[in-house]
Amino acid sequence: MQAYLKLDHIDKTFSRGNATTEVLKEINLTIDKGEYVSIIGHSGCGKSTLLNIVAGLTGTTNGCVLLENREVNSPGPDRAVVFQNHSLLPWLTVYENVKLGVDKVFAKTKTRAERDAWVMHNLSLVQMAHARDKRPSEISGGMKQRVGIARALAMEPKVLLLDEPFGALDALTRAHLQDSVMALHQKLGNTILMITHDVDEAVLLSDRIVMMTNGPSARIGEVLEVPLARPRKRLELATNPAYLKCRQRVLEFLYERHSFVEAA
Amino acid sequence: MSMPAMKTEVTAVAPPPAAQAAPVVTTIMPKRTPRAETYARIAKDAAVRIVPPLIVVALLLLVWELVCRRAGSSLPPPSKVFKDTKELILDPFFDNGGIDKGLFWHLSASLQRVAYGYSLAAIAGIALGTLVGQSVWAMRGLDPLFQVLRTIPPLAWLPLSLAAFRDGQPSAIFVIFITSIWPIIINTAVGIRNIPQDYRNVAAVVQLNPLEFFTKIMIPAAAPYMFTGLRIGIGLSWLAIVAAEMLIGGVGIGFFIWDAWNSSHISEIILALFYVGIIGFVLDRLIAGLGKVVTRGTAAN
Repeated sequence: MQAYLKLDHIDKTFSRGNATTEVLKEINLTIDKGEYVSIIGHSGCGKSTLLNIVAGLTGTTNGCVLLENREVNSPGPDRAVVFQNHSLLPWLTVYENVKLGVDKVFAKTKTRAERDAWVMHNLSLVQMAHARDKRPSEISGGMKQRVGIARALAMEPKVLLLDEPFGALDALTRAHLQDSVMALHQKLGNTILMITHDVDEAVLLSDRIVMMTNGPSARIGEVLEVPLARPRKRLELATNPAYLKCRQRVLEFLYERHSFVEAA
Repeated sequence: MSMPAMKTEVTAVAPPPAAQAAPVVTTIMPKRTPRAETYARIAKDAAVRIVPPLIVVALLLLVWELVCRRAGSSLPPPSKVFKDTKELILDPFFDNGGIDKGLFWHLSASLQRVAYGYSLAAIAGIALGTLVGQSVWAMRGLDPLFQVLRTIPPLAWLPLSLAAFRDGQPSAIFVIFITSIWPIIINTAVGIRNIPQDYRNVAAVVQLNPLEFFTKIMIPAAAPYMFTGLRIGIGLSWLAIVAAEMLIGGVGIGFFIWDAWNSSHISEIILALFYVGIIGFVLDRLIAGLGKVVTRGTAAN
């Protein structure tokens, strides 16, 4: 099977004045259509940089990103991003925030009424249709992130990029939202690339977990398949040996073999 | 979720006797009672805001009256000011041709000049500010120039603009323009520079074109800063118009003051100052209010 999304020999070096820092080295990764892949690593290892490269927001130093065998090097709605801090525009309502993307992506292919229906459809996918006329400042953090997800989904991306989407949420809201994302992935079959630093989250949601070594010059240390059938149930998994084994593997990688050097 | 909250409010507010007498009335009652309460609260708030300044003004007038009433005082007391200017106050609309017009015409002529000069400054200032905020090279090239030019006092521009335009009206408008544009440019530039990277990323992913980015992201995101600049700008232009009009002559509140001074009508000067102050205050509030409405969404976050 041909790779859907391919990261081909990606290096990334940041230079500031005379100082250059090599952040990423020789990143190779192929992702199949419909796959849910998580990237996990300690903070500062460059996983967000990697996501930005896939999104096209940051350029590569060497190597390239191929989506359906075509190089992508600028941002676009085919790789919609759910940002860590939701990034909703505060002066627009929930509806208008989602509509901003929809109006651009479907300007020619959908009529006005169809676009309106499509916005509402995506808002109801994340159970936010009731808040369509609220502004971001009037809804909770979890709700904002739901709207962020709706905005990304509404662009019908080929790959959905999640940048620590649940990082800023409390544990209960996070679990709830993880379940929602799992359900959406099940229903829509999106290809998803997610950045996380939460081991449980990675194992629960992913088909594969990409573990990154510490920077500078971070590499892919190990890729772990998660052999758990879907749909997955949070409670049942808590005692599932396969789940625990995966969790153990990731923990060992992060805390024994590549423990965070600067950990305070 | 809002239903139980509403219910408790109803039961809490409705007076018990009414509830027993006529159950139908109870649904209307809670609406009425808070309205009366709201009016009472508004009246109280207004009193709290208005009474103290009124007392201070009354005290100041009293002191002024006492100081200036004795014979040989160089300035008239408030009672004399009112007596001298009663006609001007009561009939601001007379027009005897030339510059012998009511205060309304003088003030509206000044306001018109400010409106032209300030509108041009707002448009040019926001455009230049956006350029300087968005482009590093534009900033490097233009910012030092702005920093020098903005320190030039408004009246220093007047002779130059008179030489260039050879007419009072455009010169006054130019002085307003050049006075009020700097804070608008500088604040807009800061606002544009402070647009969070997140918003730029969103725009990049959605692929907004430059025009859409300007109208949908830049303007709303930088609006609070822009309005700070616009508010400073309107204040400065009202400051500058009086001075400029003193020199160019013709109809206008500035020349009215100068003319009154030349005819030793001190009371008229005082009345004119009062109007200038009130209008300056109203202009400031107008822009502030407009800013509040426009930046509602942005400021909330």
